[in-house]
Amino acid sequence: MALSIEDIKKVAHLARLEISDADASATLTKLSGILRLIEQMQAVDTTGIVPMSHSQDLSQRLRDDIVTKTNQREAFQKNAPVLGNGSTESAVAEGLYLVPKVIE
Amino acid sequence: MLQTKKISSVELTQTFLARIAQHNPSINAYIALDEAKSLAQAKAADALIAAGKASPLTGIPIAQKDIFCAKDWPTTCGSKMLANFVAPYDAHVITQFDAVGAVNLGKTNMDEFAMGSSNETSYFGGVKNPWDVERVPGGSSGGSAAAVAARLCAAATGTDTGGSIRQPASLCGFSGLKPTYGVVSRYGMIAFASSLDQAGPMAKSAEDCALMMNVMAGFDERDSTSLNREKEDYTRDLAKPLQGLRVGLPKEFFAEGLDASVGKVIDEAIAAYKKLGAEIVEISLPNTGLSIPVYYVLAPAEASSNLSRYDGVRYGHRTAEYTDLMDMYCKSRAEGFGAEVKRRILIGTYVLSAGYYDAYYLKAQQIRRLIAQDFVEAFKHCDVIMGPAAPSTAFKAGEKVDDPVAMYLQDIYTISTNLAGLPGMSVPAGFSNGLPVGLQIIGNYFDEARMLNVAHQYQQVTDWHLKMPQGIE
Amino acid sequence: MEWEVVIGLETHTQLKTNTKIFSGASTAFGAEPNTQACEVSIALPGVLPVLNREAVNCAIKFGLAVNAEIAPRSVFARKNYFYPDLPKGYQISQYELPVVGKGAVTIQVPAVGKNPAYEKVVNITRAHLEEDAGKSVHGAVEGMSGIDLNRAGTPLLEIVTEPDMRSAAEAVAYAKKLHELVQWIGICDGNMQEGSFRCDVNVSVRKKGSDKLGTRREIKNLNSFKFMQQAIEYETRWQIETLEDGGTIQQATVLFNPDTGETRSMRSKEEANDYRYFPDPDLLPLEVTEADKARVKAQMPELPEAMKARFEADFGLTSYDAATLTASRELTDYFVQTVSAGAEAKPAANWVMGAVSAKLNAEEKSLADSPVNPNQLASLLKRIADNTISNNAAKQVFEALWNGEKDVDAIIAAKGLKQESDSGAIEAIIDEVLKANPAMVEEFKAGKEKAFNALVGQAMKASKGKANPAQVNEILKKKLS
Repeated sequence: MALSIEDIKKVAHLARLEISDADASATLTKLSGILRLIEQMQAVDTTGIVPMSHSQDLSQRLRDDIVTKTNQREAFQKNAPVLGNGSTESAVAEGLYLVPKVIE
Repeated sequence: MLQTKKISSVELTQTFLARIAQHNPSINAYIALDEAKSLAQAKAADALIAAGKASPLTGIPIAQKDIFCAKDWPTTCGSKMLANFVAPYDAHVITQFDAVGAVNLGKTNMDEFAMGSSNETSYFGGVKNPWDVERVPGGSSGGSAAAVAARLCAAATGTDTGGSIRQPASLCGFSGLKPTYGVVSRYGMIAFASSLDQAGPMAKSAEDCALMMNVMAGFDERDSTSLNREKEDYTRDLAKPLQGLRVGLPKEFFAEGLDASVGKVIDEAIAAYKKLGAEIVEISLPNTGLSIPVYYVLAPAEASSNLSRYDGVRYGHRTAEYTDLMDMYCKSRAEGFGAEVKRRILIGTYVLSAGYYDAYYLKAQQIRRLIAQDFVEAFKHCDVIMGPAAPSTAFKAGEKVDDPVAMYLQDIYTISTNLAGLPGMSVPAGFSNGLPVGLQIIGNYFDEARMLNVAHQYQQVTDWHLKMPQGIE
Repeated sequence: MEWEVVIGLETHTQLKTNTKIFSGASTAFGAEPNTQACEVSIALPGVLPVLNREAVNCAIKFGLAVNAEIAPRSVFARKNYFYPDLPKGYQISQYELPVVGKGAVTIQVPAVGKNPAYEKVVNITRAHLEEDAGKSVHGAVEGMSGIDLNRAGTPLLEIVTEPDMRSAAEAVAYAKKLHELVQWIGICDGNMQEGSFRCDVNVSVRKKGSDKLGTRREIKNLNSFKFMQQAIEYETRWQIETLEDGGTIQQATVLFNPDTGETRSMRSKEEANDYRYFPDPDLLPLEVTEADKARVKAQMPELPEAMKARFEADFGLTSYDAATLTASRELTDYFVQTVSAGAEAKPAANWVMGAVSAKLNAEEKSLADSPVNPNQLASLLKRIADNTISNNAAKQVFEALWNGEKDVDAIIAAKGLKQESDSGAIEAIIDEVLKANPAMVEEFKAGKEKAFNALVGQAMKASKGKANPAQVNEILKKKLS
């Protein structure tokens, strides 16, 4: 399955990574090399083999429904990014994280 | 040493801090230091020792890979994305060391988000191999590796997703252990590929690794994949003789791709084991060659999703100028991540995307099972598996930077154990052209104590692990 | 051309747990922004999810309540997309292997105009556990949205039906039934204003008789039954008109605007979604054993279906009445309490479904706010049963109770509503009436049945409404024969 520049751009968009045309073509070369490496898998017949997501065959442990967390908003929001677009303020106000307007 | 009061924790910490001040500018092993915090911990440790409440690691200065969140310490994961992130909580591993009164000596450099085998993808610059500063220390735990090799700490922590403890241990000449998946909690350890990531010790000797394991291992209810097992003493079997030990040598580990001089060192190490009474068994891990393709589907797939949280909304890098939400996302992430991380996000996104999932992701998970089954079969015939940890000695900085596939092949001997969830370690086994070579020991699930025993007995009859690089005495 | 609408529902029910599905943060509603957003809720680097046992119990309860297969092994998957209210950049959900499989719910569709009420089975395709997202808040800072992650990680059970419904009325009946059921079994508080119960409705139309489904549009996030009805009706009309005008329907997600009563397509996402689902490596498969199911079952209340059958068998109620009375926990409790307080079941059923429900509807009150409690209603019904008052008088007593008076007997006494059951006194009255209305008597004897009723009416009037109508009938019949 040969990759195209369009594939790179589509995937970059899905991954929310801005990519210039020049970067896209450089990336294409490298990713194609990696995909060729990956293609070796196709030679293996895996009919009937159960996929392995975890290295141990165990089941999920459950947690009791008890509140253990306290309010740490202030501590957590110290790490808020700088708002940007000319402002050097932190991207929080009234306890909310600020992002460009979300419209549905 | 500390308990016998020959030297206090404060003195020891000061000694290491002085060595760091002297050598770190050239080696770049540490990316965050906080003398006041470290010394405060040392002082507290000395009080514990005085009160007779010490355990083996009380007061011992440990370097922490910058992948572990440590409260009020910068925690960057080697990325511009988290350059300004100060962790508001402790990883389980950090809590465990704090609980025994160990000293956090600083945060060590690493490949960005643990993606790399040379430490060259770090936003904070490469790390020099103390054995030859023109060469890389390996990766991704390159900072911890250089710190251990250059004696800039008593021991360090690392994480290993595809070889990130063992390959640098091999390239820098010390002992490093990746435990069975689930033995050390991943809570607070920044995720790269969740089903493969495992933290472990990096130290001079197997004995030190065993003491570190006694602190790091253990059940943690905050990690769903943490195994609820009885607490073990990993030093318990160190002294056992190796008479009758069955050592499996996978023929695939000694085939094409292995540097001949590295092969020779490994052969000599095997010979030493024979002298110790081990019996050599030839085994086969037929799907070894597929471990790299499988890994480069599964690890990037998990990573692409794990790294989606870095969106510039709640923490981390946000671009300076943006027009709307989409623009903010795309720019913040493009600026915050380095080239290798972006490549892996793209690969991971691609293999999970509609139409490709079955051909790549599902197929890789199926072959992952075949790889794990190879080991199950092999361990019917041997107690431990041995081979090289890396195909070559440390390579020159810049040599493989532009060739990701060549870089990925560095992990050819280590990746399969991560896929299977097995424990693996690298121990110093000699030198090739003045550069260290590591012997890899792979054990069955939960067989860490036996592996440490196997390594320790070797270290009783060899002194490779005691060799120090020139110029940093 | 005759058209048929085909409707399927996806309902997000917020589960009634103390903590979030994957962390120990509180789920209480209405807290200050981000004060219940712990390190897991805001997805700090390095944090991990651990599954809440109670959320799993809720899913099992639901599965048992709709006779569904409960998967012995189900898997959590990541649904990957970027949105500011989704802090990890993925939602933990279940995809290929949900915890609850195929089940069914029987709904009662009320009579509309000439169409009688009927029952219908709606098949449940699946129900799966997942986490809720946070909320975007507008207005804190000009031109920006504010993100509150208190809700992020709240456990949801998404319940998906087959496209089994054929009218807005059926869809609403299903939604109401489901709404009552999840409250009945105690897994959801049902608070629609707070978003605890939200429906997405898939609507398509096709020519009657066709077995091929039309292209569907999904109406998102309906949080009132009234809006659901309006939205489906509008959407159905719109789709039919579009097709009749030669247009085609594009698959789309639409929102309902209650102000205009219209649905409109959401600002189209610029790309088709590609969620890149894969099993979450941070979570292991969820196993539910037979013992788990038995343990949960033991904690569950008697289900409405079982209660309905019991009401039919024990009280001789019709299937429809029994279903109506078991449509909600509140209604059932009210009815059962009325009966246990001494009322006969059938009249109790009639009064609860009749006068009580009508009053509540008219005043938009819930049963919890009813001024008449089950004990009072039972006292009233006992007075009807022992012939102390007539049905007509009972209505007056009920009215008085509704308006705040407390004691049934006191009301009867104060209003002088006690009916005359002394046959001597009634005979005397009837004799008077027969004497005063010879023309009516003649008419009756000539075969006019109506005249009998007129005479009863006269007798009742003469008794000022207090005579026992049954006795009046009986005595009058005797006298005229």
